[in-house]
Amino acid sequence: MLLTLILAPLAGAALLAAWRGAGDRAAGRLAAWWSLIPIVLVALLGFRGANAQGLMADWSLDWIPDAGITLSFAVDGTSWLFLLLTALVTAFVLAVSIQKGLTSRSYAALILVMETMLLGVFTARHFIPFFLGWEMTLIPAYLLIRLWGGPNAPRAARRFFIVTLGGGVCMLLGFLALQIGVNTMDFGQLTEMASKGELAAGLATTFAGTGLTGPTLLLTVAVAVLLGLAVKIPIVPFHAWLPDAYAEAPTPVTMLLTGLLSKMGVYGLLRVFLPVFPEVYATLAPWLAALAVATVLLGAVAALAQKDLKRILAYSSVNHLGYCVLAAAAVVASQGDRESASSAISGAFLQAFNHGIIASAMFFGIAILESRSGGLRGLDDFGGLRARVPVLCGLMGLAIFASLGLPGLSGFIGEFLVFNGTFGLLPWAAAVSVLGLLFTAIFLLRLIRKVFHGPLGQLGSNWADLSASERWLFAPVIALIVIPGLWPQVLLQFLNADTLRLLDFLKP
Amino acid sequence: MTPAWTILSAFAGALLVLLLPARSAALSRVIALAAAIVGALAAAVGCVAKLAHPDATPWSFDRDWIPSLGARMHLAADGLSLALLLLTGVVAIAGILFSWNIDKRQRAFFSLFLTIIGGVYGVFLSRDAFLLFVCYEVVILPKYLLIAIWGSTRKEYGAMKLTMYSIGASALILVGLAAAYAAAGGTSFDLQHLAAADYSPGFQAWAFPVLFLGFAVLAGVWPFHTWAPTGHVAAPTAASMLLAGVVMKLGAFGALCVAMPIFPEGFAQWRGAIAGLAVMGVLYGAFTALSQKDLKFVIGYSSVSHMGFVLLGLAAATHWGLRGAALQMISHGIIAGLLFGIAGRVVYARTHTRDLAELRGFDLWRSLPGAAVAFTLATAASMGLPGFSGFVAEISVAIGLWESFPLLLIPLILGIVITGAFSLRALQKAFFPVRGETDAKPPKLPPLTWPEITAIVLLLAVSLAIGIYPKPWIVLIDDGLASPLFQSILP
Repeated sequence: MLLTLILAPLAGAALLAAWRGAGDRAAGRLAAWWSLIPIVLVALLGFRGANAQGLMADWSLDWIPDAGITLSFAVDGTSWLFLLLTALVTAFVLAVSIQKGLTSRSYAALILVMETMLLGVFTARHFIPFFLGWEMTLIPAYLLIRLWGGPNAPRAARRFFIVTLGGGVCMLLGFLALQIGVNTMDFGQLTEMASKGELAAGLATTFAGTGLTGPTLLLTVAVAVLLGLAVKIPIVPFHAWLPDAYAEAPTPVTMLLTGLLSKMGVYGLLRVFLPVFPEVYATLAPWLAALAVATVLLGAVAALAQKDLKRILAYSSVNHLGYCVLAAAAVVASQGDRESASSAISGAFLQAFNHGIIASAMFFGIAILESRSGGLRGLDDFGGLRARVPVLCGLMGLAIFASLGLPGLSGFIGEFLVFNGTFGLLPWAAAVSVLGLLFTAIFLLRLIRKVFHGPLGQLGSNWADLSASERWLFAPVIALIVIPGLWPQVLLQFLNADTLRLLDFLKP
Repeated sequence: MTPAWTILSAFAGALLVLLLPARSAALSRVIALAAAIVGALAAAVGCVAKLAHPDATPWSFDRDWIPSLGARMHLAADGLSLALLLLTGVVAIAGILFSWNIDKRQRAFFSLFLTIIGGVYGVFLSRDAFLLFVCYEVVILPKYLLIAIWGSTRKEYGAMKLTMYSIGASALILVGLAAAYAAAGGTSFDLQHLAAADYSPGFQAWAFPVLFLGFAVLAGVWPFHTWAPTGHVAAPTAASMLLAGVVMKLGAFGALCVAMPIFPEGFAQWRGAIAGLAVMGVLYGAFTALSQKDLKFVIGYSSVSHMGFVLLGLAAATHWGLRGAALQMISHGIIAGLLFGIAGRVVYARTHTRDLAELRGFDLWRSLPGAAVAFTLATAASMGLPGFSGFVAEISVAIGLWESFPLLLIPLILGIVITGAFSLRALQKAFFPVRGETDAKPPKLPPLTWPEITAIVLLLAVSLAIGIYPKPWIVLIDDGLASPLFQSILP
């Protein structure tokens, strides 16, 4: 079932590739309907529930046998949440693309290919399949930005590709060092060895020739891995590729980039980096915390300075994912405070999920503004739109309030849990980061004020409000913002057991 | 169907094509294709048999040949040889398919092509250094003719440069082999015998670099790589595919199976230098490719860069390193064949230019979408993205380096990133839609032909098959590396 789930989108892409006579619209429709299959399969997995080991499904295949390299995949509650996000956002993106008249055979096929890779990343239990999906998302992402993007897309796409490739190579080399040092790249085995402190010892024996101590070697490896993750999330100062790429990509693709691709980084940080490298936490904690705070603040301040709606939201994404990094830093700093750590980490997972949904909703709003205005998306281009498009204004407003963390909407629980955990572990970092929340509120409210309030400008005087199909598209994302906001347990129930298992390395 | 069929089919095909009457030139390509398919099938059967019965006695053939020298006709097929035979067979089929419409002196072309293939098969199967050297030389002359007659872009210069380098390198090999032969008692050229002999360290210290360099020149080692880009560019497509895809591998194969096992102590003294040259090759090839204007030159320099990985794996001299080197030989053979096939044949035959700036005008993404998609995938494979064969090879080499020269990984990261950069640059410039002029009608180009599509699909499928499920290839390579030849090299 897991294999079917992972390969289902790929089969859809193959179908599109083989269907030579397909018109652009028909191809888009096929892809959009096809993308419901993964949703159904993910839902089935969810209903089936977890077995005694906490797994809903698993599958594996020998790859390089004598080195113990297997393509192994498994789904537990946390993975499931990310699978759900992937399936939902992909389907949403495909539907929005049809709405925007963007689809063609190759466009839709590339998005489906990307979905397969993402599903692989979120279920991989060994570094090789993880990396396989991780890097393979680059090709479709690059092509989607390059071929369907704005005027500066070639440069933006190239920069995105090269920078992420460089990060990926660093991560790969880090894990290869572990393969040699302790003879495994299996996440489970690495975690187990790390909890006994065997990684540093293994590296020290293998690389005795370098004259470095075990902890130094392990730190080098950990930093290399972190570099790969940092580029993807991104963490300041590795974010330079992001604003251009997000702004130049067609809006549905931006949804994919921020809703899903950045989540690979967060997922990797929380599910791979944290359990595998506890031995170097003491050295890393202050640095990671400082970077997290810088990410939160710089993201917010930079968003404040932008005039382009897409760039504002791009930096806002940097800011929001900064909280996930903050949570990771807090866990790194925790000295056995299990409760705070578990709150922070659950918060980070929820924040990742909710940000994916909320960002999709906000970018959808921008996509609608763009198509109504003929491609304009400057902050000062609009004004007073509330009078003409009240429904769009209301829904967009809801998404924005969710994004700035209004209680009762989904954005709140994630941020609350993150801060709840972080205050107990890294009080100063949490205190400074609260400033980020303030800035976020400022630039998001300014966005509402400038676009929807004030006197009605030239633009928009003859606009129609949301069409029926646009409303139907908004409905599911709005539901996913409101329901978990009122009843967080729908999502949290999948996380609890896994979060505790993830924190096993914390000595009580 | 024994592995001997590979050599037999190639030479028989070459002869048969030559004997055809001049009128039936079109028949020559069918015969050539049939011969290549028989060879590839024989290799595939050998691989499958090896995988099914790993412990069965391997096929071998051993007869007296020149008794006065002690040279024997000794052929044997272990897993490594079989895998390389299969690579050769696949590239040969693809090369013939890409040359389907060649319009000048078809019989001579296919005959020379098959002769090279036969020589390559011979090298991969030889277990006798003298026989190996003879087969190695069989490859050189037809190579010259293929470029000088059917080539383009300064073909005489390219052909001559390549041949001079090859002959110079052969002279080094001959000196090295003769020295080893004499020092080992002058009774036998058998590789096992030469490897088992006891040479003094001082002797090995000079004999090894001579022999190794002779082979490494053909593998494109920096700074003796300059024949490769010019030769690749000047050669007709099928010959570029063979040169980059297979002939460069002969050099690496010779370094691995002849130079290193015969003089293990010399190798131990020089491996640091080899690793340094290899890294220079990786970086130099990548940076040079970044500034080329001719699409074929980009691919030519990328070959230098990729072959640097093979040499790095050899220099690492651990199980992973050698395995990675062998995998990279196979992987690069497939990918280089694909890139040259698309750039040199599919695109060039329709646009008559390989200049990146001029290709832009053809808007290939819309006028020749099949080629553009195939080249995009080939580029991804060439960058070593996971899922393609290059990735498996590069991680194996990287593991080998971690074990032997961890510091070299730092320049290697740069090399991989620059590889990404130049590949994307060429792809964007040559194939991607032109900004701002998207309303202009793209020029009308003839669509891909069936032979072209078959060749592209075949090569891509092999690269993906290795990338997604490398296990059988690794089992084959490990079988070869288990040979006593390598025990003195491996730690």
